[in-house]
Amino acid sequence: MIRTSTSDDITSPAGTPIVSLSHVHKRFVKSLDAAEKVANLFGAGIQEQVVRAVDDVTLDVAPGEVVGLVGESGCGKSTLGRIVAGILDPSDGVVRFEGEDVAKMSGAARRRADLAVQMIFQDPAASLNPRMRVMEIIGEAPVVHGLISAGEMDAYVCGLMEKVGLDPATRRRYPHQFSGGQRARINIARALAVQPRVLVCDESTAALDVSIQAQVLNLFLELRRELNLTYVFVSHDLGVIEHIADRVAVMYLGRIVELARTDEIFEAPNHPYTQALLEEVPRLEARKRAFTALTGEIPSPLRPPPGCHFHPRCPHAFARCSVDRPALKPIAAARLSACHLNDEPGARPGRTLPAERVALEAAQG
Amino acid sequence: MTAPVLDVRDLKVTFSTREGLVTAVDGVSFSVDAGEVMGLVGESGSGKSVTGLAVLGLIDPPGRIAAGSITVKGRELVGLPEKALQKVRGKDVAMIFQDPMTTLNPVLRIDTQMIEAIRAHEAVSEKAARERARDALAKVGIPSPDERLSAYPNQFSGGMRQRVAIATALLNRPAVLVADEPTTALDVTIQAQILAEVQKLCAETGTALVWITHDLSVIAGLADKVAVMYAGRVVEEGMVADVLERPIHPYTAGLIGSVPSRNKRGRPLAQIPGMTPQLSKLPPGCPFAPRCFNATEPCHGIRPERTPYPGGRAARCHNPLNVPAADAARELAP
Amino acid sequence: MSDLSPHASARPLAGPAAGMPVDASVPPAAPDKGESLLRRHVSSFFESWSAIIGLVVLVLSVMAALLAPWIAPQNPYDLASLSIMDNMLPPGEIFGMGQTAYLGTDDQGRDMLSAILYGLRVSLTVGASSVLIAAVIGASLGVLAAYAGGRVESFVMRVVDLQLSFPAILVALVLLAVFGRGVDKVVIALVVVQWAYYARTVRGSALVEKRREYIEAARCLALPRRRIVFRHLLPNCIPPLIVVATVQIANAIALESTLSFLGVGVPVTEPSLGMLIANGYGYLLSGNYWISTFPGVALVIVIVAINLVGDRLRDVLNPRLAK
Repeated sequence: MIRTSTSDDITSPAGTPIVSLSHVHKRFVKSLDAAEKVANLFGAGIQEQVVRAVDDVTLDVAPGEVVGLVGESGCGKSTLGRIVAGILDPSDGVVRFEGEDVAKMSGAARRRADLAVQMIFQDPAASLNPRMRVMEIIGEAPVVHGLISAGEMDAYVCGLMEKVGLDPATRRRYPHQFSGGQRARINIARALAVQPRVLVCDESTAALDVSIQAQVLNLFLELRRELNLTYVFVSHDLGVIEHIADRVAVMYLGRIVELARTDEIFEAPNHPYTQALLEEVPRLEARKRAFTALTGEIPSPLRPPPGCHFHPRCPHAFARCSVDRPALKPIAAARLSACHLNDEPGARPGRTLPAERVALEAAQG
Repeated sequence: MTAPVLDVRDLKVTFSTREGLVTAVDGVSFSVDAGEVMGLVGESGSGKSVTGLAVLGLIDPPGRIAAGSITVKGRELVGLPEKALQKVRGKDVAMIFQDPMTTLNPVLRIDTQMIEAIRAHEAVSEKAARERARDALAKVGIPSPDERLSAYPNQFSGGMRQRVAIATALLNRPAVLVADEPTTALDVTIQAQILAEVQKLCAETGTALVWITHDLSVIAGLADKVAVMYAGRVVEEGMVADVLERPIHPYTAGLIGSVPSRNKRGRPLAQIPGMTPQLSKLPPGCPFAPRCFNATEPCHGIRPERTPYPGGRAARCHNPLNVPAADAARELAP
Repeated sequence: MSDLSPHASARPLAGPAAGMPVDASVPPAAPDKGESLLRRHVSSFFESWSAIIGLVVLVLSVMAALLAPWIAPQNPYDLASLSIMDNMLPPGEIFGMGQTAYLGTDDQGRDMLSAILYGLRVSLTVGASSVLIAAVIGASLGVLAAYAGGRVESFVMRVVDLQLSFPAILVALVLLAVFGRGVDKVVIALVVVQWAYYARTVRGSALVEKRREYIEAARCLALPRRRIVFRHLLPNCIPPLIVVATVQIANAIALESTLSFLGVGVPVTEPSLGMLIANGYGYLLSGNYWISTFPGVALVIVIVAINLVGDRLRDVLNPRLAK
């Protein structure tokens, strides 16, 4: 196994990253209401509920690359996407745009950074204001920010609509007059209107029919080439991620458990969770087969298990896993994984057969 | 050869809407044998869910079954009065939905609901029914089923609720189970768990399974045969391997090409242009013709009829892509 | 994959080189028309008969009130045109210059029909203007509270709670006792007792709308806060506001009538429906039923009509019933 001394070569693959997250946390606190506070006076001992949606994530995104964020519900991938897009501020940690701390930027610079990172949302209907015409939806922000004058709006919007495959003649319509696929395109046009450099796509094709999803994915790829865009692609659909991403970060309960180039992660997943996830993706190439399932439920993010979050479901877990949090560290060139098994000599968590595992556990005593 | 457990012939379901009479399902035929899994694939508006509901006799006004026949174990269901349908539902045919709360009552405990479901069809003691309910929960992989019996549906996670819904649906060992996208809202690992359970249970009990989904990849691993629906009609049917490897209908080929996967990484996906048609404004010819790369003159004027092909396959297309007859001839030639 | 569907990958339109297929070209109908949600709501409003009847009655009442100076047989404010000789005429008698008093006359010889038409004018004006002002104030505070959250929200909503915990009639009585009589003072009193309803309604829907993705999108586009609140958030909170406002017009009219009946509302010189009812109240038991009854009937008809319209609006605008 090749070990690199630092993780720099993977977290920042080439030059200055366009977006970089450093030890970012996001906690959602449900504070006590008045009744609960009164109850506590009498010794009820009700505690504030804290959800660690994002738990110490460090990730760099290089200009022009597509980073996929995958994971199941509650893994924090959407929250992380919103932090990148500037919709949510991190509770802790630093978000940098082109090397500069976004939180410390002055008004104009901050706005430039905010506009440079745009988001495409999951629900193409809910993300469009139902009481605005498509022309205003797309043209509002560039006019407000002075990118174009109000007089130029019409031509500007028409150009954008053509670019994303919409008929400009429909620009005076309202969102409800469009189909799901067209609404997704309106969303994309609205984001492109402020000339962003990074697009954060939060399950942007999940609500679409298969044939429409293919159209929109093709549009993303085309725009990437044409406008040299960088993408952070959040999805639970591994097929989509495998198709579009250059690098993949696998998340589980708020933490990145594995980060690697797409082909590497799909060919030889290192983390047991990644392995399980890939095992269970239904594939077109598969023929009638027996589904074998990873056991157990995804734990509540309110009460994540100690140590490695995945250990209660992990077929390879051993004593240390329930105590120590595994660090995300290099396991090969440009690969990171957070699994204790990588420290165990001779025990790759990869293709360990049950028999070997028993032997392994026996050896560990 | 035994008669199929579920046999649907020329089913036609119409809905009267403001824009007039809309035919949501038009001349759909298929049959499923005991222990067989059939996938019913289509996009939104293809009529796949309506077909599923029709099998359960759950088409409510303004919709109605305008023509066709549905037989379960040889018994005709179309035209049965609601009372008789209720006897059939849950006993001979059962359904699970995308949202398990469609079938679970949020204010009743699980045991109440399950015992009621058993005793509605069979005169058994409450104790025996309870036992059966517990066994059913254990079978779908719910840990400590004894405790969980006395819980309310909202005390379960989404995946667990879907398991309870499946356990309830299978309580009376139905001959036919219709599953309408039951795993679409679930995470990958949970989906795999549910697929594994359903597969095992249907194999054990010989239940004929109709799995309705938009996801071809689920069908690939789960089903024996598949019917692809478009605009209310089955455009292609056959064994899963045949259909996925050598699609006859251009729509099927387009759907397969649309699924992102490793072999197409970074390259554009084959896409079907345009969008799914509105059922109230179908073109006179093949409904897929406006989106079809292979459409010719007759496609725009004449509705293609169902054409059978060797290997138990069939399609509705004037310009079929991979004609199995030709393949068979080539194989025979040398 | 390519061996599975050779045709799919060989298709000429598969690559973007052939240009993105224009998705929107498929529906041929109405290329440039935007059918707003409003127009859709209007057409579904007219699907109910009771709503149509309510609306017709309401429109007729409003027109009658507006045109009162031209269609009323008499100007009831013009004391010179009144004759004490005509007092207490029962319905159908002849009064003044030979006109028929279809609804009788009151104790000062005023034609009741004329008095009702002018009274309707006062009642509708007071009801509509107080609701309009209260809605603007309440909606602005409500949407600000919802968007700002935190202390601003707590403060506004505690004031709302405080306001709503006093009976409206009591607050209005106290205010009018301080201000004195007058149409403008009644309007102010009604605004004070009503704004809290709108603030609460709008805050409720704004809290829901605020979490929708289009608000997140507006924030992502770094739009100014004021613009997000008033251009994106507020317009989407209007439908429930309209429902409440319609019903509140009826309430405001009833409340104004109550205040006038109690003698603290509009001045005697500009009688509203409530004041007319009060005027005739003393004669009700002596057989002169018409002086109180007809204004009362007019009041009930207007309020029922407004409520019919309001009920239908509630159905039409309810997001849970709409598609």
